Amino acid sequence: MLDWLRQLGRHGLNFFERLGRGHLLLLALLRGQPGLLLRPRLVMQQVFAIGVLSLLIIVVSGTFVGMVLGLQLYNTLVDFGAEASLGPVIALTLVRELGPVVTALLFAGRAGSALTAEIGLMKATEQLSGMEMMAVDPVKRVLAPRFLGGIIAMPLLAAIFSLVGVYGGYFVGVGLLGVDEGSYWSQMQSLVDFDDDLMNGVIKSLVFGVVATWIAVFEGYDAVPTSEGVSRATTRTVVHSSLAVLGLDFVLTALMFGVD
Amino acid sequence: MAEDTTPPLVQVRGLRFARGSRPIFDGVDLDIRRGKITAIMGPSGTGKTTLLKLIGGQLRPSAGSVTVDGLNVHKLGHGALYDLRKRMGMLFQSGALLTDLDVYENVAFPLREHTDLPESMIRDLVLMKLEAVGLRGARGLMANELSGGMARRVALARAIALDPMMIMYDEPFTGQDPISMGVLVKLIRSLNDALGLTSVIVSHDVHETAAISDYIYLLSDGRVVAHGTPEELDRSSSDWAQQFMQGLPDGPVPFHYRAAPYADDLLAGREGRV
Amino acid sequence: MMQVKTLEIWVGVFVAAGLAALFMLAMQVSNLTVVGADEGYLLKARFENVSGLKVRSPVTVAGVRVGRVTAIDFDTQTFQAVVSMRIGAGYDQLPLDTSAAVLTSGLVGEKYVGLEPGGDMDVLKDGGEIKLTQSTLVLEQMIGKFLFDKAESGKE
Repeated sequence: MLDWLRQLGRHGLNFFERLGRGHLLLLALLRGQPGLLLRPRLVMQQVFAIGVLSLLIIVVSGTFVGMVLGLQLYNTLVDFGAEASLGPVIALTLVRELGPVVTALLFAGRAGSALTAEIGLMKATEQLSGMEMMAVDPVKRVLAPRFLGGIIAMPLLAAIFSLVGVYGGYFVGVGLLGVDEGSYWSQMQSLVDFDDDLMNGVIKSLVFGVVATWIAVFEGYDAVPTSEGVSRATTRTVVHSSLAVLGLDFVLTALMFGVD
Repeated sequence: MAEDTTPPLVQVRGLRFARGSRPIFDGVDLDIRRGKITAIMGPSGTGKTTLLKLIGGQLRPSAGSVTVDGLNVHKLGHGALYDLRKRMGMLFQSGALLTDLDVYENVAFPLREHTDLPESMIRDLVLMKLEAVGLRGARGLMANELSGGMARRVALARAIALDPMMIMYDEPFTGQDPISMGVLVKLIRSLNDALGLTSVIVSHDVHETAAISDYIYLLSDGRVVAHGTPEELDRSSSDWAQQFMQGLPDGPVPFHYRAAPYADDLLAGREGRV
Repeated sequence: MMQVKTLEIWVGVFVAAGLAALFMLAMQVSNLTVVGADEGYLLKARFENVSGLKVRSPVTVAGVRVGRVTAIDFDTQTFQAVVSMRIGAGYDQLPLDTSAAVLTSGLVGEKYVGLEPGGDMDVLKDGGEIKLTQSTLVLEQMIGKFLFDKAESGKE
């Protein structure tokens, strides 16, 4: 019993210690941002590694998610004779929820894990230590550009996801199931609000971008510098950022759409 | 060796450091003289690498001080510490080359980070440093295409890129074939003399290190157990020095890791306890 | 150096595609074209009953969306609902005797405020009030009234 309590206590302490280190790192990352203005190329490389290389998976998943939404919602809506609402329902689902959330989940699996593994291995092979001894701050040189790159890439990826999804739904709904093309678009335009729906979706994906990249960068930097430590850190990145994204999504949704 | 009067470049006084509850250093004093090659030797696990990280300010001691060129390393602010590090080079055991860059860019890295030199001048400097380590022809290779010895030589070229006042070598000879070992020994000595560097070598390879160093500190159990020039240590009557320099299997450093008496352990196992 | 160039091009393509996607979402999918948050002018209208109407519900004229509801308050003096609406700046020619009604789009659709322009030469100004209003139709009341009328007519 006492042992069990001790275990619990130690886990609790570890947790808060990591939380503290994570926040210190976040501060250091933010302090490292102004310096990046002088070196846009560092950020550009990361936007490439994080954003451009995730494009394929985002476009493919977005198309399929939109197509599935088209099929499923059509079958439900047609029972109520409301298949003309297919457009707005697909668009609202994508813009408000699935766009930001699914993009963030894919981001955690594709780019986040890669970031953690890269930074963790740089730590394990003493590259970060070596930089420190060359008087180059690895937080500023290695971590900060990756952090900013993730924050830039995420909303763009989410927007691409949503747009591709809307066209995927269009393909299935209008192309295959015979929903009227005019009502697909016009209903969408009259029901999807720029501020309330689109902008809130963009804000969501910005927040997810900050959190998912922060977790990935922190896990890599905090990894135990062995191959096992790096593999654990990579797993933690995917698990923790997915959970954080889903939890935050609820909080943000409640703040944005729940309280009127 | 004649006492010289200039103050030593690095002064370590009363250094204590613990990793968790395990003490690594328990009051270490040592001086590293300018322009000389000083070796810090000792059995594996005595924290020699940790000592280098303490000198470089990457770790903080629990007590004691490290002074480099008149500056107390652990009292410096972030900026001053980084300025000091620009004047120190460190050669990691693995080389610690940046794996996403080729040899040329690795050597150019500190120059690009710390200077605004035009590309043509960076090129001249990089080729000069690579020539000094004999790897000018390998400049297009990626870091993972190099053998261990070559990686260390590239790292050495990178360490001297900013013309530092001192270089710390972490186990430069470990795992090297005799030829690349000989190359490294020659390089360390010739760079030290040609560039007027101060060198610190951490190693447990007695012969190579003794051959090039001017002064040796022997560490064990968190303390300096013997020090002197290689000749002095060879002739020393200290058990420590004799065991280490001759490579005897048993002596002050016991063959067995610290444990309960063997008989107790065997009897304990019979009663079902581990 | 060739490598760096392709990288830059790719990043440029990516950022442009992302921004284009945002732009298309804004133009094609959402109703950016109607009213921004602080543009246009405010109108007020009092209703007996606005059940089902919400803040941000659309305001339309002849079926065209011209603005949205910004607040719904309750007047403790007259026991009426006071609906504030923000109308797009481009729709500032509404006559003074415009009437407002709370309507439903379709049988079970959203409630919205429909404006019916009158014939007055003067137009509604910022902060003006629409005097003629027609409340929302409450289904229970309609059914109750219908049954009551039936019973009345049956008696005669």
